Amino acid sequence: MANLEIMLAGFGGQGILFSGKLVAYSGLFDGRELSWLPSYGPEMRGGTANCSVCLSDEAIGSPLVINPDILVAMNMPSFDKFVEAVKPNGIIIVDSSIADACCMRKDVSFYRIPATQLAEENGLKGLANVIMVGKLLQLTEFSTLDSLDKAIEKSVSAKRAEMVGFNKKALRVGYEYVDQKECE
Amino acid sequence: MSEKVLMKGNEALAEAAIRAGCKHFFGYPITPQTELAAYMSKRMPKIGGTYLQAESEVAAINMVYGASAAGVRVMTSSSSPGVSLKAEGVSYMIGSDLPAVIINVQRGGPGLGGIQPSQADYWQATRAMGHGDGHVIVFAPATVQEMADLVARAFDLGDRYRTPVMILADGLLGQMMEPVVLPEPVDESNLAPKEWATSGHKGLRPRNTISSLFLDPQQLESSILERRKRYELIQEVEQMAQEEYMDDAEVVVVAYGAASRIVRSAVNKAREEGLKVGFIRPITLWPFPTQVIQAAAKKAQAFLSVEFSTGQMVDDIRLAIRDELPVNFFGHTGGVVPDPDEVLVAIKRSLSQETFYEIPYQKRLTGGA
Repeated sequence: MANLEIMLAGFGGQGILFSGKLVAYSGLFDGRELSWLPSYGPEMRGGTANCSVCLSDEAIGSPLVINPDILVAMNMPSFDKFVEAVKPNGIIIVDSSIADACCMRKDVSFYRIPATQLAEENGLKGLANVIMVGKLLQLTEFSTLDSLDKAIEKSVSAKRAEMVGFNKKALRVGYEYVDQKECE
Repeated sequence: MSEKVLMKGNEALAEAAIRAGCKHFFGYPITPQTELAAYMSKRMPKIGGTYLQAESEVAAINMVYGASAAGVRVMTSSSSPGVSLKAEGVSYMIGSDLPAVIINVQRGGPGLGGIQPSQADYWQATRAMGHGDGHVIVFAPATVQEMADLVARAFDLGDRYRTPVMILADGLLGQMMEPVVLPEPVDESNLAPKEWATSGHKGLRPRNTISSLFLDPQQLESSILERRKRYELIQEVEQMAQEEYMDDAEVVVVAYGAASRIVRSAVNKAREEGLKVGFIRPITLWPFPTQVIQAAAKKAQAFLSVEFSTGQMVDDIRLAIRDELPVNFFGHTGGVVPDPDEVLVAIKRSLSQETFYEIPYQKRLTGGA
């Protein structure tokens, strides 16, 4: 698996940092080098919260992702803010139930998944963020379901242990989701 | 050996301090350092230690003074504006020869500044962490692992030389998570007893006095000179730095802490392009690692200092090599984190024998943090 610089972005409260944590933990279980860097401060209330995750087989230099290989955008402002920053041949995934985005760039792969809607339909309200990680796994195989399951077990707080199963289910909803048609 | 865990720099540093025998923490919350104090507030009661959120940074540092005078390992943490408030207390601790570990998770300044990562407190930390003829030892970690590893060393050196020690981190290192193997707890029974401490003696030994007040100038001068001998020893034996790609380096990039992470990315790219660039990362900022800088100057053609400031450490490089070679500067400040590609351009310009001192206006498209 190649080195990856991933940017996850959305509204504060959508669980962006948690998604990033799952990706980071999978790297730990896969024995890779990794870094996780959140945006912090007033940005987190409204506007965009974002999180840089680097996965590599060598020591990570800058943990701040400026030009991501992969952008996971969970709202429109995040898509608008980062779409031009994605590297050529990169991947963009949007939650199309929140961000009805169309990508004008022809040099990136663009995927839409109605994650928030899927979460509600599957009784997984609030877990659109994990569905997005599942889709990311399906597209890139950056890790394995097994490592991500372990990541979920580590990341869900002990007080909310009942959520582990729901998170694992959400991961699979995203992992198995077949693409929505490209927007016109 | 303990297992690898994923932790924020602030939390790893806090846990490592506890494992280094620190059972007393006095602080006041401030972004981007708050997780450190929060971690202490959860853990200290469980290990029979003291966590106290003081009414201000000034109160906190004076509580540190008191605890240190009583002979225990004690720590405080803050971020730039809060560290300025502690300055008076640090000077008193220097004057009283009291060890303690002080953490600065730097943010943009001056004044309240901002809350994003910065290295603008280098001069404060290395030149004047309080009034008077004094220094503190300053460590500059660059990874979450080092945030943890340098704490025990900071406590050890503080005790050995009877001086406050600062760990100069920044918001990026404090907030980021990386895998870390936490150090094993120290065996406190192996720590040297502090015979100078005012810890109660029940008449069994002469009374100890801890004070920074010397009204007789002769006495004050001799106390300063005695301390200065310790400083000279520290400067001789405690310098720490990491070197990379130095064998054939024509240009040597010098960066510490979070800036060194950006530089590492840039230097790796430069080496992939076959450029003869070396890299020195000071781990102690005071004492500044003059020995490796001077050794590098014998072979290199120029230096390049990269900082999250308008240029502060660059002075120490120039002093170390007596300005015998050009020392270029590239940086961003106020919480703007440089892009490795910008640094790569600065490296190339240095290789083509340009001399410059540059803080460009922000041009890049976007970025996180």
